[in-house]
Amino acid sequence: MPTVTMTVNGMQRSGTVESRTLLVEFLREHLGLTGTHVGCDTSQCGACVVHVSGTSVKSCTCLAVQADGADVTTIEGLANGTDLHPMQEAFREHHGLQCGFCTPGMVLSAVDLANRNSNPSEHEVREWLEGNLCRCTGYHNIVKAVQAGAQAMGGGS
Amino acid sequence: MDEAVAALGGGAKLIAGGQSLLPVMKLNLAAPTDLVSLAGVPGLADIADGGDSVTVGAMCTHTQVAGSGIVQARIPALAAMADGIGDAQVRNAGTIGGSVAHNDPAADYPAACVALGATIVTDRREIHADHFFQGMFMTPLEDDEVITAVRFPVPERAAYAKFANPASKYAVAGVMVAKRGTGVRVAVTGASGDGVFRVTEMEEALEDSFSAEAVAGIGVSSHELLSDTAANAEYRAHLVTVMAKRAVEACG
Ligand SMILES: Cc1cc2nc3c(=O)[nH]c(=O)nc-3n(C[C@H](O)[C@H](O)[C@H](O)COP(=O)(O)OP(=O)(O)OC[C@H]3O[C@@H](n4cnc5c(N)ncnc54)[C@H](O)[C@@H]3O)c2cc1C
Ligand code: FES
Ligand code: FES
Repeated sequence: MPTVTMTVNGMQRSGTVESRTLLVEFLREHLGLTGTHVGCDTSQCGACVVHVSGTSVKSCTCLAVQADGADVTTIEGLANGTDLHPMQEAFREHHGLQCGFCTPGMVLSAVDLANRNSNPSEHEVREWLEGNLCRCTGYHNIVKAVQAGAQAMGGGS
Repeated sequence: MDEAVAALGGGAKLIAGGQSLLPVMKLNLAAPTDLVSLAGVPGLADIADGGDSVTVGAMCTHTQVAGSGIVQARIPALAAMADGIGDAQVRNAGTIGGSVAHNDPAADYPAACVALGATIVTDRREIHADHFFQGMFMTPLEDDEVITAVRFPVPERAAYAKFANPASKYAVAGVMVAKRGTGVRVAVTGASGDGVFRVTEMEEALEDSFSAEAVAGIGVSSHELLSDTAANAEYRAHLVTVMAKRAVEACG
């Protein structure tokens, strides 16, 4: 079985995995980082979104071995101690979540957008969140939160 | 590259972005013994302006093609098409090489390749798009053949219009129209289970008069079109004409 080594939330982590292990399984089951969720088996819901080398990807549609050597950020890696990341703070402030199941993926996806566009329009946010499904909120407050979070981030992460 | 080719064949398969292969493996529709990643092969993710053509490396992601200054300037229809694939995370991982090799009958790239008259470049030969897309998931690629790039001739004008499946964004019907010195091409994806096809009647009408009205009265037969949960064959036939009109209008 292959051994994978990657930087996860700033720390070097490694593990021996079956070759078919998905990145999300490695994160949740090997590293205990259960903030990354799995909401579907069709690569469509976005609950599993993490950053691999700075861009958002679906960790359910990426093998752990594909992320070998990469720099991975999960929802657990965004806050600075007890200080929430500006995007997390914006979701809290604007009530961008209800049950919270979709939220980790939403936030990581939103941070990727904000890194590319610090002042996205409502339309741009809705287009960008195509791959993030929420069954609770109706998206309205999520869109507000992402716009506010992007502005608070000021274009950098 | 030599190492990758040597490792292929038998039960081994290439993996690029994994955005088609991993879903297919989850469904147990593919069970490769080994996966060979192209991620470490240098030089496969470049986009080059060759004057009368643009060459896109096989490992370029959809995000890269959509955001490329060269593609936006020379073939804006291709950049816009890439920007309409799936969602942001699919575009961040999925590649042009994987999309073309997979030849999903509802994928967008096959329509762009056929309408623009692209050439698929592999580690051992060049294959014109007209001979490449051979039906659902079928291509002339050998088991150990690797696509290295796709070369697109620069058209005078081109545009793509897609009626997307609301859940996946795959094409229920997508039409790429391209006008070049050599004539007009109209390529349709998503509508037929056999994959991309051309509508020569529309092409001839557009060569006479390049306007949306020229194709408005031309329909395709629903006979060989797909019926599924997204749309039945009659509706898809209707969509082909509507998307063709929209694409011609978008050509400006
Ligand atoms: C939720 C979702 C929505 C999507 N929506 C759309 C959409 O709207 N439109 C659309 O067109 N597509 C869509 N896709 C598919 C997506 O575009 C894929 O990225 C693409 O089809 C495959 O590219 P890949 O790099 O991920 O290839 P992989 O999945 O890695 O590989 C696919 C196949 O191609 C082979 N292969 C890969 N690279 C090469 C190469 N260089 N040479 C030879 N063979 C190779 C592999 O062996 C495999 O058989 C969607 C996918 C998902 C998960
Ligand atoms: S778990 Fe649904 S897209 Fe990954
Ligand atoms: S808050 Fe419940 S799924 Fe989004």
